[in-house]
Amino acid sequence: MSSDDLGTVAALHDPVRRAVYEYVASLGREAGRNETAEAVGVQRTLAAFHLDKLVEAGLLEAGFKRLTDRTGPGSGRPAKVYRRAPGEWQVSVPARDYRSMASMLAEAVDRLGGEEIADEVARRAGAQLAERGEDLAGALRARGYEPYEDDGVLRMRNCPFHVLSREQPLLVCSMNLALCRGLLDALGEEARTARLDPRPGECCVTFSKNNED
Amino acid sequence: MHLAQLNVGHLRAPLESPEIADFVAALDPINQLAEESPGYVWRLKGGEGPQDVVHHDYGDHLLINFSVWEDRDSLWDFVYRSAHLGILQRRREWFLRVAEPYSVMWWIPSDHVPTLEEGMERLDLLRTQGPTPQAFTFKEFYESSEAAWRPAAAEARK
Repeated sequence: MSSDDLGTVAALHDPVRRAVYEYVASLGREAGRNETAEAVGVQRTLAAFHLDKLVEAGLLEAGFKRLTDRTGPGSGRPAKVYRRAPGEWQVSVPARDYRSMASMLAEAVDRLGGEEIADEVARRAGAQLAERGEDLAGALRARGYEPYEDDGVLRMRNCPFHVLSREQPLLVCSMNLALCRGLLDALGEEARTARLDPRPGECCVTFSKNNED
Repeated sequence: MHLAQLNVGHLRAPLESPEIADFVAALDPINQLAEESPGYVWRLKGGEGPQDVVHHDYGDHLLINFSVWEDRDSLWDFVYRSAHLGILQRRREWFLRVAEPYSVMWWIPSDHVPTLEEGMERLDLLRTQGPTPQAFTFKEFYESSEAAWRPAAAEARK
């Protein structure tokens, strides 16, 4: 654990600040001060204070953008907007480092050509992550996937295996798909199908609705 | 600077055989997807037909893919963050497993159109010397500032 990471994570201790962070992170686009204040239910100045504190901590990034379509004189200056910063922070007490072990294991599995077994293992693990009848989006949220509905397809903003998926995308994305399929098995959810539909910056798995005949 | 990438794959059967049919069917849509992707610059085409593959003298059943991109991220997003990933996942159905590297990348000046010969030389370099600024991989990547035309920078990194 680096002390910097602890400091960054500690910035989320305040419940209002945490709500502000979670609101901005949930949008998948830039958030303005007004809408954040409204969503969290605090005054605009307090929302702005927390937003700027989060930028200071490195958890959010700030920029300027026109929030209305009006341009030219009288349209006002661009508003300050915020979005989630790309980094990741981990705190473990006492120090634990599962990530570098996972990274070594992933490379070993890749070199051994063990993808099929890896997928089997992931599917079985996925099947233990939820109970029958549980809500799919809720189960995904609990695993950190940040699901959102987009035109009838359930997409996920966050890849919980981000670092590994950059190192071993073929292995890790395939295991992630198997894990999600296992999760569907466990839920007894037959109205959705998990598939690979990767987009830049998001999780590679999506859940589409099956045709209801 | 642009990023050139060469991929070679040993087909399990001739391109015309039924085992490879799904791969051949995917050639046109995936090539189109590449050409429409942000950061795509160029690819070596085997002909005007949508399923034409690169012809060469480097051995039968060797399938070659050769393209140029603006930067690492644009190539990465196409390879791993698009419908191309699904094709890549099925590679074992169509291609033999090989122990040696089958994919290499290197930086080229933006106005340079690379040749296949040059690409095969880079692959050879990767296979014999491991990743260097002249021939590297996604996993062991070198920035363009470290690339071949500045040997001093490359030397300093070692």
